[in-house]
Amino acid sequence: MSTRVFKVWRGDSAGGKFVDYQVDVQEGMVVLDAIHQIQRQHAPDLACRWNCKAAKCGSCSAEINGKPRLMCKTRLDGLPVDQSVNVAPMKSFPLIRDLVTDISWNYTVNKKIPPFTPGADATFLMRQRDVDRVQEFRKCIECFLCQDVCHVLREHDLKPQFFGPRFLVRVASLEMHPMDTLDRLKLLKDEGGVGLCNITKCCTEVCPEEIHITDNAIIPLKERVVDKYYDPLRIVLRVLMGTGQDGGAAEK
Amino acid sequence: MAESVSILEHKGFGVTQRRDNWWIKPLLVFIGLSAFGVYSTWAAWQGDNFLFTGHGAYYLSPFYSPQVQLWFGLHLPFSFAFLILWIPLGFRATCYYYRKTYYRAFFADPAACAVGEPKHRHYHGERKFPFILQNIHRYFFYLATIVLLFLWYDAARAFFFRSAAGHLHFGVGVGSLVMLINVMALSGFSFGCNSLRHLVGGKLDCFSCSRTARARYKIWGKVSILNLRHAEWAWVSLFSVGLTDLYIRLCAMGTLPDVRLFIIK
Amino acid sequence: MNDKYETHEHDVIIIGAGGAGLRAAIECSASGLKTALICKSLLGKAHTVMAEGGIAAALANVDSQDGWQTHFQDTIFGGKYLNNWRMAELHAREAPERVRELERWGAVFDRTPEGKILQRAFGGHTYKRLAHVGDRTGLELIRTLQDKGIHQGIDVYMECTITRLLKDGERVCGAFGYWRETGRFVVFKAKAVVLATGGLGRCYKITSNSWEGTGDGHALGFEAGAELLDMEFVQFHPTGMVWPPGVQGLLVTEAVRGEGGMLRNNKGERFMEKYDPKRMELSTRDVVARAIYTEVKEGRGSPHGGCFLDISHRGAEYVKKKLPSMYHQFKELADVDITREPMEVGPTCHYAMGGLKVAAETGATRVPGLFAAGECTGGMNGANRLGGNSLSDLVVFGRRAGLGAAEYAKTASAPKVDAAAIESAAGEMTGFFGRSGAEDPYKLHLDLQNTMQSLVGIFREEKDLTAAITKLEEFKQRAQNVGVVEGQRMFNPGWHLCRDLHNMLICAEAIARAALRRQESRGAHSRLDFPQYDNYWGEHNLLVTKDGRQMKVEACPVVKTAELQPLVDDKKAKEKK
Repeated sequence: MSTRVFKVWRGDSAGGKFVDYQVDVQEGMVVLDAIHQIQRQHAPDLACRWNCKAAKCGSCSAEINGKPRLMCKTRLDGLPVDQSVNVAPMKSFPLIRDLVTDISWNYTVNKKIPPFTPGADATFLMRQRDVDRVQEFRKCIECFLCQDVCHVLREHDLKPQFFGPRFLVRVASLEMHPMDTLDRLKLLKDEGGVGLCNITKCCTEVCPEEIHITDNAIIPLKERVVDKYYDPLRIVLRVLMGTGQDGGAAEK
Repeated sequence: MAESVSILEHKGFGVTQRRDNWWIKPLLVFIGLSAFGVYSTWAAWQGDNFLFTGHGAYYLSPFYSPQVQLWFGLHLPFSFAFLILWIPLGFRATCYYYRKTYYRAFFADPAACAVGEPKHRHYHGERKFPFILQNIHRYFFYLATIVLLFLWYDAARAFFFRSAAGHLHFGVGVGSLVMLINVMALSGFSFGCNSLRHLVGGKLDCFSCSRTARARYKIWGKVSILNLRHAEWAWVSLFSVGLTDLYIRLCAMGTLPDVRLFIIK
Repeated sequence: MNDKYETHEHDVIIIGAGGAGLRAAIECSASGLKTALICKSLLGKAHTVMAEGGIAAALANVDSQDGWQTHFQDTIFGGKYLNNWRMAELHAREAPERVRELERWGAVFDRTPEGKILQRAFGGHTYKRLAHVGDRTGLELIRTLQDKGIHQGIDVYMECTITRLLKDGERVCGAFGYWRETGRFVVFKAKAVVLATGGLGRCYKITSNSWEGTGDGHALGFEAGAELLDMEFVQFHPTGMVWPPGVQGLLVTEAVRGEGGMLRNNKGERFMEKYDPKRMELSTRDVVARAIYTEVKEGRGSPHGGCFLDISHRGAEYVKKKLPSMYHQFKELADVDITREPMEVGPTCHYAMGGLKVAAETGATRVPGLFAAGECTGGMNGANRLGGNSLSDLVVFGRRAGLGAAEYAKTASAPKVDAAAIESAAGEMTGFFGRSGAEDPYKLHLDLQNTMQSLVGIFREEKDLTAAITKLEEFKQRAQNVGVVEGQRMFNPGWHLCRDLHNMLICAEAIARAALRRQESRGAHSRLDFPQYDNYWGEHNLLVTKDGRQMKVEACPVVKTAELQPLVDDKKAKEKK
């Protein structure tokens, strides 16, 4: 049995450091197994979130060798063998302790998004092709790795002005639902800050569910916002026809 | 823990815990786009050697098509390529894929995922001038599609060779193939456009609710397939358009002989 | 505010935010009550997300002959006639409306060609009955309820563990707990409490359950005076991963066998021919689990102690389309390409049929003000649960418990909380610190898991069960001295485990004692020394109650409903043929 050195961030909002731990490596081991071993053998108080251990709940998000990933899905044999393994908490959220961060901001954002609102006469007869897009977005396990890696939040810290990729995906799942009747484009443009996204696609790169966040959710939303607010011909047409701003709402 | 440092406040250009060579990709993009920029500006500046007519051929460089100066009989103090080039340039500059890649490679915003950025005083994304103009991408698509029609005409024209007697004969030269491949690459890029994907069907919430919606769903599906490889099409077509110009230019300069595979007389 | 703990006051508090808890909270808050939802994890991470196959409801979208009567019959046949008939009836009748309700709230199920909700076949269900979203139905359910709930004004308290229910005389009047994040204490005052804490799989070594499945609701209810029902019935899912060690027990969905997967031993024999030649791999979960276990025990197992499950004959494209998450799970975690090679699988502790005894209509326990729903209750599933019946159980009885609690709370007086009880609860938690020579909680947990796995597992017999009970007594002694040597109260998993052990020990003991008492084999309970069905036990459930410091185990007759007798007789006649 071989051993690997894990450098795990230990500390809280006041400060901290990377602490080295020796881990016995078993075949097929993932980073979360190593963290559990450290808890059992060296540091029972090492704080980390996890639940399903099967990449289905999105709890064990961390930055492994600098990359935002799920610990339960990151195999040790996929990391450089000759180096130690670096495990740090998500950087975009306030640190609570060790690998645990305060992600409550995400829940407050979700509350701002008006929920699914079907018409009173909605039949709910929908073909598979009508729900394919929505189902892709609903695969999201809310690991918030996309929020962590998004530079608008990570580097520019614009949380008050920007929903982040996760909740743009959420809005897309509502806007593209065939039975939904609300129009969230104004919210998206103003409070949601969809214009702050510069589509550099890191969210798509880190998504463990392989949702095409940028191409299938954010860009189509940007185009819908263009329809309503930026397309000069449409604006002129609306003024001429006197339909006002709502005339540009997505066609149902 | 008195000696400890807080990593979480640590920001700055290139600061990351990543262990891989994250800087290679943006560097290659930087070099690739810069090289194309330098070459295309130089080629457009020349104002000659854009048309090869040797041995009955008619190969027109995509940088110089359509030949608007002939339509209006213009005499310009600069190369007429500049009357055309702003369209494909604008189309690419506002393209969602290119935006991604140059925001990364040229603005380091971010250079790579989870890598620190240089200090920005104010980040506005695409909400303020000039980047708010990215929102008119669809208009560049419309214009670029018109240009693309001319390029298809040019590619077709390149398969006909004028004999000494003045008759046109179908044939294939290396140049004809180069121009055909180029216009196919450009089409693959253009018709995978994200704006087009939205306009043909993406804006619909229900794909089954009317006959037109069902038809648009089919087109949306085709555009989506191209869109999946939009980045690859972007690079292939970028190189193909540059190399096509270079090929025609070298032929016109007499540096390179254009091989004719066959001509049906 | 108190310097030692904070206090929150609500009409109803719901402990647990999986499908049942969320559904109960939605119902309570819809009736205008101030409702709190308390969860150990973050909202939306509960074990409900792990449900893969679907939610069973007789919508009759695919098989038009289906109806609630058939669903009821399938359920009690699957439960070997030990189910509470009224619960099984309500479940079968109301599940379709609950599924349609989920759709109105934003759930997006897979569709039939006509645009209706698609349903798939599953073990034990006569017709195609499981509404589903690929293989992530549980996630869809929890996300839908979560979004409905937060916009309805439910107060959500995340990462908060409840350690005790507080009582005002006989009635429940609130709960005491701690914030995982800070380690600080919190008291919730409420007129009614709903327990919806899920399962107890962490008592076993090999389990598909997450760390949360420590039987909290079972233990909290038991200690508050409620009865535990059917505790001996613990479902071992036949197919869990056995390798690599880190994912041992992780679920491999029944849909693999539904799609034609074949089980083989190391000699290449399709061994199900010996155990159930008629239904083969699609036999009920208890039968398949026992078959695999037997093969391994008799030396015909796979290299890592399981058997082989092969789906590769269905072709790569088909497998990837029908079982996407299984394909990725094995590819990424085990380096196995299931489109080319067989998986190694073995039984894994999956679900507790047993739990708090509740009234079918309201979810009320015998303790005034205490309600329960979901996996932490018993009665719905009898001796064995059918796949797909758990998600429908959550929404049907989640709603009913919510309604029941709301009705109760509307007429109940304001609760009075006893300061001494709070002191004692706080003392228990702080007591884990600074014990000299303290017992390591991780070590004790491992010992408990090993004992339950080897002595109270798939096959049981008197000498093993007696030995297990002796060991559990010893573990209870060791638990008195369990503690954390270092660290503080902020997010300290070692400290949390000290308290979780207490709950797991109660569940483990109830399982072992009930298993010893039931001298027959039925459903998920297999006694080597009593391998047959027994007529007496076929008419009786076991109840475990708190009797001073002891556990009392007694038999009581199965709850039947006269009107349903013809349906039951009809099913029995059909199965005899």
